[in-house]
Amino acid sequence: MENAFGQPQTVVVLGGSSDIAREVTKKLCGARARTVVLAGRNESLLSEAAKEASNAGATATHTITFDAQDVTSAETAVAQSFAAVGAPVDLVIIAVGLLGEQMLDENDPAAAARMSIVNYAWPVTALAALRQRMIAQGSGRIVVISSVAGIRVRRGSYLYSGAKAGLDRLCEGLADSLIGTGVTLQIVRPGFVHTKMTAGLKPAPFSVDAERVAKDILRGLGTPARIIYSPSIMKWLFALLRHLPAPLWRKINEDR
Amino acid sequence: MSREKLYGWGRTSPSVAEVLEPTAEEVSSLLGSSTHVLSRGLGRSYGDAAQLAGGLVLRNSAMTVMDTIDSDGTVWVDAGVTIDDLIRVGLPQGWFVPVTPGTRQVSVGGAIAADVHGKNHHVDGSFGHHVRSLVLATPSGTITCSPTDRAELFWATIGGMGLTGVVLRAQLQLLAVTSDKVIVDTTRFTNLESVMHEMQSGDHRYRYSVAWVDCMTTGATMGRAILTRGDHADRSNDERQSPREAKIGVPFSAPSGLLNGLSIRAFNELWFRMAPKQRRGEEQSIGAFFHPLDGVRDWNRLYGRRGFVQYQFAVPDTASETVVDAIKLLAESRVPSFLAVLKRFGAGTPGPLSFPMPGWTLALDLPVGPAALPRVLDQLDSLVLEAGGRVYLAKDARLDPATFRAMYPRFEELLQIKRTVDPDTVITSDLARRLELIRK
Ligand SMILES: Cc1cc2nc3c(=O)[nH]c(=O)nc-3n(C[C@H](O)[C@H](O)[C@H](O)COP(=O)(O)OP(=O)(O)OC[C@H]3O[C@@H](n4cnc5c(N)ncnc54)[C@H](O)[C@@H]3O)c2cc1C
Repeated sequence: MENAFGQPQTVVVLGGSSDIAREVTKKLCGARARTVVLAGRNESLLSEAAKEASNAGATATHTITFDAQDVTSAETAVAQSFAAVGAPVDLVIIAVGLLGEQMLDENDPAAAARMSIVNYAWPVTALAALRQRMIAQGSGRIVVISSVAGIRVRRGSYLYSGAKAGLDRLCEGLADSLIGTGVTLQIVRPGFVHTKMTAGLKPAPFSVDAERVAKDILRGLGTPARIIYSPSIMKWLFALLRHLPAPLWRKINEDR
Repeated sequence: MSREKLYGWGRTSPSVAEVLEPTAEEVSSLLGSSTHVLSRGLGRSYGDAAQLAGGLVLRNSAMTVMDTIDSDGTVWVDAGVTIDDLIRVGLPQGWFVPVTPGTRQVSVGGAIAADVHGKNHHVDGSFGHHVRSLVLATPSGTITCSPTDRAELFWATIGGMGLTGVVLRAQLQLLAVTSDKVIVDTTRFTNLESVMHEMQSGDHRYRYSVAWVDCMTTGATMGRAILTRGDHADRSNDERQSPREAKIGVPFSAPSGLLNGLSIRAFNELWFRMAPKQRRGEEQSIGAFFHPLDGVRDWNRLYGRRGFVQYQFAVPDTASETVVDAIKLLAESRVPSFLAVLKRFGAGTPGPLSFPMPGWTLALDLPVGPAALPRVLDQLDSLVLEAGGRVYLAKDARLDPATFRAMYPRFEELLQIKRTVDPDTVITSDLARRLELIRK
């Protein structure tokens, strides 16, 4: 069970080998997490992440593989994860995502479809598979890794950002649907994060590393905040940017 | 049946369950109707002891029958009868509850399950010491037990956090009094050492004793304290009155942060300024002396949406230093805490989860929020454990399974006794799951 400070004992991470997920998992295990399920695409990366979790304090780790390009894998992955925990699941993190290559993908129908499936359709399917299970538990927390990129979609990454925007908005409604069930959903909106996914990209202002995002997420877990920004200045920055006149918005994003 | 979100008094980690308010007759059949069941009183435990996420919670509020009080002061009551009810009915007849916690809004079921203690623990022991007999509904049937009949089950239920069964009724031994007043001596101390010395040497002269300690001052005034001690006034021809209703209410949650370091510091300061250096023989009402917080209804909401935790530990007499170290750690880490309550404990019960031990107990109210708080409390756990002490489960909302097992090494005994009456582990709680006492 989660304790008074929002520290879970059982954790399921969908997209468990992402840099952010790995940092979060390590920190959770440093607090109260003991049973950890890491689900993702790459078995060897997942095993590495599982080893990290054990070193950080987990006593039972499980890895499960799925392919996020196939939405039918979502329900199986969720069912397997819950079965592996074998007790109430305190926290589910959805950290599945694909940045893609905008300039190549935007004229390739199959690639465009892939971007919306991995970043939107798969997470939505997984959330649907989770929802009833969590409600039946009467407790638990869902954390969805979104992005500030979804707050205002820009030309240079609209396939990724647009899918995140959809996921993010959907989760606001989903979170409302959970009120009174004992289950809470929190949306994480990181800014530019230095990870293997963004390697080689030009960092945006106020860029952070995955460790910092993990720290902000852990702090957010102990609060009733619906949305967790990382770094927190993103909240104010994007409150401004989302209302910027379009020509100016395009201008500041010209080289990105 | 309705699904309801259930909180502890600290309002930190609620969960949703089906909730029913059965009569005593209905309880047995309900124990077979759901995979997981737990009983609940008035929800005055601070953490998750009275919660069962996704299960069936039986509130004891429909079990309210109170028999007439026998001439020897024994009385049979249903588990849903409250300390408040007992005082209201008993006091005009010259009977007081043998033990009262800091609030009257506690059910007899909850008082038994947590084996609550009061300001008289050093003299009279805990609530369980005054239970003559109890009727327990279990998945294996309804069982009457007492210190002489099925004693193991009896003592496992006293302080068993509701995990052995549902208490339906209990026979209590009340305390004869001749007035509704307490004669109180108050003394102010400028540091911890002096108040602890006075308690150690002088508490035995009073039935009731408790000290309020400021955990936010450092240096020479670290642990300054106000000690109040008293006894029932002996006036055989008084007209006795029961305490008044709560007058002021706190209907809504305050914005988090209202009770921040600054305002708590100011409150603590004021409290000390107002206390007399020394006052003897002051007459106080039972309400003012035992339940000062009951005057403000729902005061726990003042802590805002994130709630608060209470950290209460007991350490043996030989570990007085631990009390000092704990207060020092808190003051130095600058996590705000309200006046802490320091008390002398007598012996515990034979029960496997009995909390008290001869020595000291300290209770701290801590608003959730400061980033350092979870770690500071883990550090306190280590101090307490090292001293051979333990944390009070009725207040706990954050202890980890390994530390729990080390603090309560006899937990296996509880599980053994539980298996004899609940072989399929129907009865469990969020607390039991969190402590991995029961993995269901
Ligand atoms: C302001 C305040 C001051 C307090 N001061 C003290 C104090 O001085 N000393 C002290 O010891 N405690 C103190 N407490 C804690 C309180 O006395 C205990 O937590 C008590 O158990 C609460 O009783 P309840 O009826 O609210 O039970 P709940 O909090 O609802 O339940 C507590 C436990 O009792 C079990 N339970 C309830 N009914 C039954 C039943 N019929 N059969 C079996 N199990 C049952 C529950 O399953 C749960 O494990 C204080 C609490 C507050 C809010």
